[in-house]
Amino acid sequence: MIRVVLPAHLRTLARVEGELKLEVDGPVTQRSILDAIEARYPMLRGTIRDQDTRQRRAFVRFFACEQDLSQESPDDPLPEAVAAGAEPFLIVGAMAGG
Amino acid sequence: MSRVRVLVGTRKGAFVMTADGKRQSWDVSGPHFGGWEIYHLKGSPADPNRIYASQSSSWFGQVIQRSSDGGKTWEAVGNKFAYEGAVGNHLWYDGTQRPFEFARVWHLEPSLNDPDTVYAGIQDAAMFRTTDGGQSWRELTGLRTHPSASAWQPGAGGMCLHTILLDPSHPGRIYIAISAAGVFRSDDGGQTWRPMNRGLVSEQIPNPTAEVGHCVHRIAMHPSRPNVLFMQKHWDVMRSDDAGESWKDVGGNLPTDFGFPIDVHAHEPDTVYVVPIKSDSEHYLPDGKLRVYRSRTGGHEWEALTKGLPQSHCYVNVLRDAMAVDALEPGGVYFGTTGGQVYASADAGDSWAPIVRDLPSVVSVEVQTLP
Repeated sequence: MIRVVLPAHLRTLARVEGELKLEVDGPVTQRSILDAIEARYPMLRGTIRDQDTRQRRAFVRFFACEQDLSQESPDDPLPEAVAAGAEPFLIVGAMAGG
Repeated sequence: MSRVRVLVGTRKGAFVMTADGKRQSWDVSGPHFGGWEIYHLKGSPADPNRIYASQSSSWFGQVIQRSSDGGKTWEAVGNKFAYEGAVGNHLWYDGTQRPFEFARVWHLEPSLNDPDTVYAGIQDAAMFRTTDGGQSWRELTGLRTHPSASAWQPGAGGMCLHTILLDPSHPGRIYIAISAAGVFRSDDGGQTWRPMNRGLVSEQIPNPTAEVGHCVHRIAMHPSRPNVLFMQKHWDVMRSDDAGESWKDVGGNLPTDFGFPIDVHAHEPDTVYVVPIKSDSEHYLPDGKLRVYRSRTGGHEWEALTKGLPQSHCYVNVLRDAMAVDALEPGGVYFGTTGGQVYASADAGDSWAPIVRDLPSVVSVEVQTLP
């Protein structure tokens, strides 16, 4: 079970509280996690990544295991601790605006 | 007794305000979508309980919300606004060409007779339509692919399609306005468009009388007389008596003819409201006084409406979509300020009172007159 932490605004939009717990098919990557999120919560389509290009939105960051993974390939395997559910995959609104 | 519902979009959420026909005592709900920019909310004329809202954020992009119970509950619907075909370029601030790029939905205009059909005006300027209640949106490509589009340029707020007027007497006739391109009219439901800017003079562009390039801030129409249009341009308050074919200056005795909103009284087609702003480089009220100006003569002659409005140390702005009129008797007028005040007049502007004073900066105000 993959654990995902959404930023507060997206939790409100998706009407969820706390961490998401998702089953992900195949390798655990940014892409497979986002595919699983958008399948379960279609209202989040377009809010994390572009609906056509699948590019991460500029002011969204992906963190896990105290690393910034935002610039990694969306198809790179995520850390084993994320894949094992020991650590959450963090989707974060970039710090901006004071 | 009839009621009104005022829909207010702010930089940090939406608010819904209701009152009975006296319009003295208000129930305020919100913020809805707290923390998000709400550029516009508008109810369907065909089903007033159906309301659409444009919710956006620099972080998380565009969301469209829909309510089917008058704004009590909401559901997110489709938010994909993809230009169709070759995207093309427009003029950028520095004079270079830049591809059209979606930024946000500025204005939602529900159909006059179908609650599931809505037109959306977006930045960078283009026109979209849904016919399934917002689940999916398709571009009406004839506007963005108009031969003049490469000469359109952004105003200070971005290159936005901010005004959509549906002509109730001529099916298929739609007026839109773009900053800074000007007014366009379609007579075939949005398939093809013609610029409608003859008579406009804008000293801020190389050819002041060009066919396109004018920074039109807002246009308004009275439904009983749809061939008469009023316009608040960047500078100049204008009027057309021929469905946009030509325009004349009706700024008359206004203290300044710069401003953003313009609207027409619900029962008096020659009664028009504007809020003069000091200048395009200051974007606040002249003399620190919040004055709505009303013409009862379709322009030229204007009177200041001040009763109940602050007349000292007031330096707010009133944005283009932040004024509305109700259809009660006597007619009501509403506007919101960048300082977070929403004012209402239940007597056609003779006197005003705040509904609320301390909201986030107000972007849009609409009002629904309910049975």
